Amino acid sequence: MAIPLIYNVRSIQGRFSSTLVALFSIAGVVAVLIAMLAMASGFKKTLVASGSAHNAIILRGGATSEMESSLELEQIKIIGDDPRIARDSAGRPLYSAEVVVIAALPLRSSGTDANVQIRGVSQDALAIRDTVKLLKGRFFTPGLAEIVIGKHAQETYSGFDLGKNIHFGGRDWSIVGVFDAGGSAFDSESWCDANVLNQAYKRPENLFQSMTARLTAPAALQDLKNAVSTDPRLTVGVKSEIAYYEEQSVMITTLINVLGFLVAGVMGIGAIFGALNTMYAAVSSRYREIATLRAIGFRGSQVVLSFMLESLIIAFLGGLLGALIILPINGYTASTINWQTFSHMSFAFAVTPDILIQGLLFSLILGFFGGFFPALRAARRPIAPALRGL
Amino acid sequence: MKYLPLLLANLGRKKMRTILTIGSFTVALFLFGLLGVIDMSFNQGVEVAGVDRLIVRNKTSLIMPLPIAYKERLGQIQGVKDVTFASWFGGVYQEPKNFFPQFAIDVDTYRGMFPEFIIPDQQWEDFARDRQGCIVGRKTLERFNWKIGDRIPIQATIYRGLWDFTIRGVYDAKREADDTTQFWFHFNYLNERTPFPKDYVGWYTVRIHDPDNAGPVAKAVDERFANSSFETTTETEKAFMAGFVKQFGNIKLIILSVGSVVMFTLLLITGGNMSLSIRERINEIAVLKAIGFGPVRVLGLVLAESIGYAVIGGFLGLSLCKLFTLSGDPTNGLLPVFFLSHETVLYGIGITLLVGLVSGSIPALVAMRLNIVDAMRRV
Repeated sequence: MAIPLIYNVRSIQGRFSSTLVALFSIAGVVAVLIAMLAMASGFKKTLVASGSAHNAIILRGGATSEMESSLELEQIKIIGDDPRIARDSAGRPLYSAEVVVIAALPLRSSGTDANVQIRGVSQDALAIRDTVKLLKGRFFTPGLAEIVIGKHAQETYSGFDLGKNIHFGGRDWSIVGVFDAGGSAFDSESWCDANVLNQAYKRPENLFQSMTARLTAPAALQDLKNAVSTDPRLTVGVKSEIAYYEEQSVMITTLINVLGFLVAGVMGIGAIFGALNTMYAAVSSRYREIATLRAIGFRGSQVVLSFMLESLIIAFLGGLLGALIILPINGYTASTINWQTFSHMSFAFAVTPDILIQGLLFSLILGFFGGFFPALRAARRPIAPALRGL
Repeated sequence: MKYLPLLLANLGRKKMRTILTIGSFTVALFLFGLLGVIDMSFNQGVEVAGVDRLIVRNKTSLIMPLPIAYKERLGQIQGVKDVTFASWFGGVYQEPKNFFPQFAIDVDTYRGMFPEFIIPDQQWEDFARDRQGCIVGRKTLERFNWKIGDRIPIQATIYRGLWDFTIRGVYDAKREADDTTQFWFHFNYLNERTPFPKDYVGWYTVRIHDPDNAGPVAKAVDERFANSSFETTTETEKAFMAGFVKQFGNIKLIILSVGSVVMFTLLLITGGNMSLSIRERINEIAVLKAIGFGPVRVLGLVLAESIGYAVIGGFLGLSLCKLFTLSGDPTNGLLPVFFLSHETVLYGIGITLLVGLVSGSIPALVAMRLNIVDAMRRV
């Protein structure tokens, strides 16, 4: 028979204050770990949310990001004629030929310049990206220096207000609309006419960087890939939009994950020391009790099990507490520069069930290491002297 | 010194607690060092920026080029001493995760502009003679086990095709904070093969005669090119780098602030532990006093013990951190410098002594003022 659980519960009650210290230190570690993971996953989620399974993005062969790519209008038209590209009611192919540049504009917060991503798009850009909705104002008029801004861009850069003018690329642009891209990376962008943007940035006419096309069905991607790779007129790469945006998040998520795990790992060791201290104190103040348990017939292994259980319960409660404390961070908006696009991007922390489970597992690991050695010591103690002692 | 055996005996009486206290102190100081390292690697560009250098970039943004003809015109501006330029290449060696920065540089002027980078004269001459030659920073060279004379194929991402380079030299840096991950090659080679319009460069670096004059010179540069089709923004190298760091935004702040909170908590707990272990022995201290130790001596003994804990833990923590940084950047090239600076070590030592002193001072004062009779009665 195992030692009843109620024994552990009562003994936790008995040493309430020292248990609290261990519990809180584990809660802190778990909270930090979850926060770090949520930051990385939020960053990734923001980029991945920018893609749709229904869309394919076409870049020049070998280019890893839109920034590096270039496509001629001719190539875009050939791809547009492919039967795998969806049509609108008038029978025209649904795609947007795009130009992506950055403009250095002052931040509202510090007044220093940050790189805002400016996307020159075609008229169909909104039809292709169904997550992007106009919040205020209207879409830009083709051929005019008009611009619509993402809702995060509006919050981030000074002078980004509906009806105002902003200056970049040697000309003034009037802000005619604000759009909401549902928390994706587009929210940090501003969109205007691709041809006008090409002129402003003194780029050759009819040269674009990427093409985003609506597929007839997500499964049509592979067919489109095959068709494009066998066409000798084309030197392009086709990717699902989701895969593309996932790749764009790799560098920063690696950075956050590595640094996050490092800091949380070091903290974890600190918390194990804290837990060890608590459990050793628990064990040494209860030698007599333990000896009594042994004397009335519980085996050493059962004592070990009981103490481990106690430590795991404390750790798990700590982990739970940490998770609860940090949960409100879900949705908190932060921003950073994405090295792969070279531009500033806002993103929201995402606490996913996965991350919560990882946090709780981590707390159990802490509890295991914090409880194991003290439990061993408790069980190894000879019975007779312990009973006689004190 | 003659009390050393007594101190050691005290440290050894509850071995487990001693180990744990020193251990958590080690962790705290390790974390402190790590945060210093992370902060340093984010701020690296700002730390090493030359005070007498300005960066001139296209006003619209850094990805927009400037004409090569500006070199001449920049040189004529009052207060400007030297001018050099470079372009970002953005190529990939084997696979994208092998990231390191590549710059196409002006061979005639680049070396003179950045005296912090050291290259043997012979190697530089070899490089200057070979149009496809390149100079590689020590860290990148070692990371890929390259040696001088190797041919390195780099897949262009912005410029097209596969580009072959031959390593002609390796550069080292004078300071630890300098970035030795860069890869330099001839601008002329880039200019020849570029699929884009020729004779455009990424940015200019300008050395000025008087660092105090940076503001007026920067203004003069921007005014010189105002209303041209390539307007410029000029700022000190420091401001330029700080701009990058600011764009990292919350990430850096979040990691550093979280880490700091944790470190302080750890220090508090450790401090608490140390005072606890002294308070437990209050009757022993009374015995010491009873056999003739004066109050100052008792104070010294107790303080020495808590500082002893701190110093051992601090030393271990900082040494471990140093060892950790020696194994290199854990993110695979995303952080070009990753080292424990002397400053961080000094601050770490300061914190160690402070915590040792503070956590020991309360029990030490108690011990000093202790009334022997009261303490003995408590037993």
